[in-house]
Amino acid sequence: MDRGEVLSILERHDGNRSGLIPILEDIQARYNHLPAEALTVLAEETDRSLTDIYGVATFYKSFSLKPRGKHLCSVCTGTACHVRGAPIITEEFERRLETNAGDTTPDKEFTLETVNCLGACALGPIVVVDGHYFSDVNSAGVKRIIKKTRAGLDKVQVKADRRIFPVSVNCSRCNHSLMDPEHPVDEAPSIRVTASFGRKHGWMRLSSLYGSHNLECEYEIPADTVVHVFCPHCHAELKGASDCPDCGAPMISMIVRGGGIVQVCTRRGCKGHMLDLNGGGF
Amino acid sequence: MITLTINGLEATVDEGTTVLEAARFLGLPIPTLCHMEGLSPYGACRLCVVEIGEGPKAKIVSSCTYPAQDGLRVRTSSARVVRARKMVLELLLASCPQSKTIQDLASFHNVRQQRFRQEHDDCILCGLCVRMCEEQMMAKAIGFRGRGQTRSIGTPFDVRSEACRLCGGCMYVCPACQLRCTYTEPDKAVCGGCANLSPPCVDIESFDDMMCYMSPCVACETAAH
Ligand code: FES
Ligand code: FES
Repeated sequence: MDRGEVLSILERHDGNRSGLIPILEDIQARYNHLPAEALTVLAEETDRSLTDIYGVATFYKSFSLKPRGKHLCSVCTGTACHVRGAPIITEEFERRLETNAGDTTPDKEFTLETVNCLGACALGPIVVVDGHYFSDVNSAGVKRIIKKTRAGLDKVQVKADRRIFPVSVNCSRCNHSLMDPEHPVDEAPSIRVTASFGRKHGWMRLSSLYGSHNLECEYEIPADTVVHVFCPHCHAELKGASDCPDCGAPMISMIVRGGGIVQVCTRRGCKGHMLDLNGGGF
Repeated sequence: MITLTINGLEATVDEGTTVLEAARFLGLPIPTLCHMEGLSPYGACRLCVVEIGEGPKAKIVSSCTYPAQDGLRVRTSSARVVRARKMVLELLLASCPQSKTIQDLASFHNVRQQRFRQEHDDCILCGLCVRMCEEQMMAKAIGFRGRGQTRSIGTPFDVRSEACRLCGGCMYVCPACQLRCTYTEPDKAVCGGCANLSPPCVDIESFDDMMCYMSPCVACETAAH
């Protein structure tokens, strides 16, 4: 754990004035759990008592003080799910993953957890894996869920989610197509641009699925870096018209084929983006 | 000023007074466990229940947290209150039968047996020690952790807290004596009361069965409280 990283998370929360839970959420998002050292830093920097922080961190099931695996699998054992057979589901998961509820598999792939009521009792027994809900699970379904997760839930989900759709874009200056069908990202043609940050300068391929934040890059981009993005054809910087509404970093803009522009935040990790299909100001 | 009636007696008290304080002002006894003067009311043990209101609207509330209101009619020992109190005591006895404080309260209120499964918990989560540490000792070394069945009291990460000055205040107020002598585990110690007395009880095999309410302690002959 890096002290500077925690400090930068705290900075984003404006030191003292922001609530404790959003800070803990961000720390957990970064490390996948709440490392003890991070909590100590948090206590020192914000003048909170470690006792209070620890109390909150242990109160909520969604916070974990133990490192978690890549996939978080929560089995609901609330009253309704319990009578509909949640204990059998839990056992089946324990058997198949060879771990106990509350623990992580040795290969750090799965963390198995039980939770108390997810508010969807009529659909029980409920299992949630990485934010994807599975209803009416029976013990035969457990195997399927694990298989699906190993294959990558997000991949399966892209087609099913109607909010995610592909866009084709051109450079806003030379109007050359930026699409690169040779190198698919998310199994769709990617958007190829040139990225530069620090001393590094290389290709970057963005997913063309609007709503997906997957990308590939020649160099690993550290979190929170603001990247300069250029058109690979005319080498002009793809500067946007406005700053990101979420984090304030500049946005890049590209022309959507069929009319309109799409703007994407240039800060690594920030999910700010806008699609304006009618506007197309320039 | 607020005027309320307790057991038919009128009392005039300041705004912000609790029903418990008003009753004590009149000299009416209400048993308490998690209440202590100088600490904020917490309402955890429910031993201080009283009945307020009339007829079908009458209800049972905890007097240590209930603010006195104008015209409030309070009964501190109606049949319903006595029944509720006995039930609370039975439950407390079930969870922590070895506590001298709870045993004394039970015998005083004529509770001779209890019907629940014996738990032998060493903490009833009354929060006295937490409030003592925070409000009187200004340390906040211990606090509540977890929730529901796994709720417990202790230091963060179960290691000795740097905020703790080993004052022993938490042990002093504890009715269940969970945080009694931790001499055998110096890393976790929240008290250092006897650390340089080398108490003989540490060597005795039945250390775990000894309770600090044995005052003076039968083994090391130092007064525990
Ligand atoms: S009990 Fe499982 S969702 Fe409510
Ligand atoms: S003394 Fe009132 S609830 Fe414990």
